Amino acid sequence: MKILTMPSFGADMAVGTIVKWNVKPGDHVSKGDIIASIETMKGLIDMEVFNDGIITALLAGEGDELEIGCPIAELQLKNEEYSNNRPEKIEESVNSQSVEVQPKPKPAVSHEVASNSSVSQNISDEVSRVLTDEKVKSGDSLNTQRPKISPAARNKAEKLGIDWRQLTQGTGPDGAVLLDDINIADKRSASDSVKDPSSMMREAIASTVSRSKRDIPHYYLQLDMVLDNTLTWLNHYNADLPPSKRILSNAVIYSAIARALISFPMFNGFYQDGHYQSSDTVHLGNAISLRQGGLMVVAIHDAQHLGLVELMETIKDQVNRAKNGGLRMSEMQDATVTVSNLGDRGCDTIQSIIFPPQVAIIGIGRQRTVPWVIDNMVTSKTIVSMGLAADHRVSDGHSGARLLNKINKLLQTPERLV
Amino acid sequence: MNTQQSLKDLVCKLILDIAPEADVQSLDPNEELRDELDLDSMDFMNLLGLIVKETGVNVPENDYAKVNSLQSLIEYIATRR
Repeated sequence: MKILTMPSFGADMAVGTIVKWNVKPGDHVSKGDIIASIETMKGLIDMEVFNDGIITALLAGEGDELEIGCPIAELQLKNEEYSNNRPEKIEESVNSQSVEVQPKPKPAVSHEVASNSSVSQNISDEVSRVLTDEKVKSGDSLNTQRPKISPAARNKAEKLGIDWRQLTQGTGPDGAVLLDDINIADKRSASDSVKDPSSMMREAIASTVSRSKRDIPHYYLQLDMVLDNTLTWLNHYNADLPPSKRILSNAVIYSAIARALISFPMFNGFYQDGHYQSSDTVHLGNAISLRQGGLMVVAIHDAQHLGLVELMETIKDQVNRAKNGGLRMSEMQDATVTVSNLGDRGCDTIQSIIFPPQVAIIGIGRQRTVPWVIDNMVTSKTIVSMGLAADHRVSDGHSGARLLNKINKLLQTPERLV
Repeated sequence: MNTQQSLKDLVCKLILDIAPEADVQSLDPNEELRDELDLDSMDFMNLLGLIVKETGVNVPENDYAKVNSLQSLIEYIATRR
C-alpha cells in the first residue's frame, strides 16, 4: 500500500488545492495516468501516478487545500494485489534516492516528492528544513544529539518558547545555533500563522536559495560566444516560415547545452545525502518567469535527444502550459540541471544560484553586437555571454571551462543540431 | 485614419491575449514595443503568429527591425494588408 501525498511543484510552493479527482476508489491506474488536477500558486497542474495499481481510498476531497506532504490517496500497488496479507507499509520509495529516516513522524513524506528533489521537501517548515539540511550534510541517519548553541541564542529561544533542540544546525561554527538563527526561526513561526500566498512564496524561495548559498560552494565561469553562425543559419531556416513554425535562437542554445552536458556528467545530476549521482539523461530545466510573479522550472525531458524543431515545440508548449495551466508533475520535479534565460529580458550576464539538489545552472545573457577581433582585425559580431554556476564539491573550474567551450563549439555548427 | 484606429485596437487586443497584464492604454506607440510591455522573444513570436491569423500579414524575421514599435507595426500591417 502506498500513500500518495500532496506533491510539491517547486521551491516556492507550500500548499495545493485539489480541484478535481480523475479517479475514484476501486479504479485501476497505470504509471503516468493523471489522477488529479491541483491548483497551486503557479496554476493548475496535473498530478501523475508513478506506479500501476488500484486506488483504494481518497483521503482528501475536491476543494481541500493541503500542505505539501499531506496524504491525499491510497494506492494498492499492482504486485500487492496478490499478497494482500502483507503488513501495510507506508511509503517505501520507488526511487532509491528517497529519504530513509524521517526526522519527525510527519504523515508520509512522499517518495514522489522526496525522491526527486529535496527542493520540494516541506520547505515552508523551518524545522524540517533544518533537519533536511542536516541530513544532506551528514549523509547518514539523523543524529539526535543536541545542537551547539550560543548562550545568547539559547536565552532568546527559551524566552520565545522556541524548542532550540529541534534546530539541529545553525549558521555558526560547526553548525552552532546563533542568535540570528533563533530570530529567523521566530519570524518563520510567526509568519506561518499568516498564510498570505505571495509572502509564502517569497519565503519558500528565500529558504531554498539561502540553503543553496549556504551548502553549495558555487563557482562561476563565463564565456562570450559568437552567435553569427547560429543566427545566419536560423535566418535562412526561418525565412519562408510563418511565425508559428519559426525556431528561436534560444532553442539552438538549449540544444547545444543539452548535447554538451551529456559528455559532462558532473554538471548534470543530484547531490544528495552527501554524495553525487549523475544522471544518464539531460532533463533540462527551463526557468520560466510567470507574468503573475514567481518562477517555474519546467523540465524538458531527454533534451539531448530532441531535434531543434521538436525542442522548439516542447519549449513553446511548456511555456504556454506554464502560463495557462496543465503542466505535469514530472515536468515540475525532475530537472537535472537548470537554464536561466534572463537575457531575453535585457541583461548581459547572469550569475545564478544553483537549485538544490542540482549541481549546475547556466545563465544565458542578452544577445548583443560588439566589436570582436579576428586575425588582428576588428569586426562586428553578435555574441551571447553564457554564465555557468557549478557546485565545487562535484566539479572543478577546469571541467566547467571545457563544458562552456563545448557548448560554444556546438553553436558554431547549428545545422548539426537539427 | 479609421482603418489605422481599428488596426490599433486589433493589435492591442492581440497583445492582451499574449500578455493579459500589459498596460496598452498608456503605451507610447512610438516606444520600443517589447521593452515597454516586457515581451520576450517567445511572446513576440506568438504575437506575430496571431497577427498572421487575424490580418493575413506575415512579418518575416528580416523585418523585425521595422516593427519594433506599436506604431510601426500598425503601419507595416496597413501597407501590406
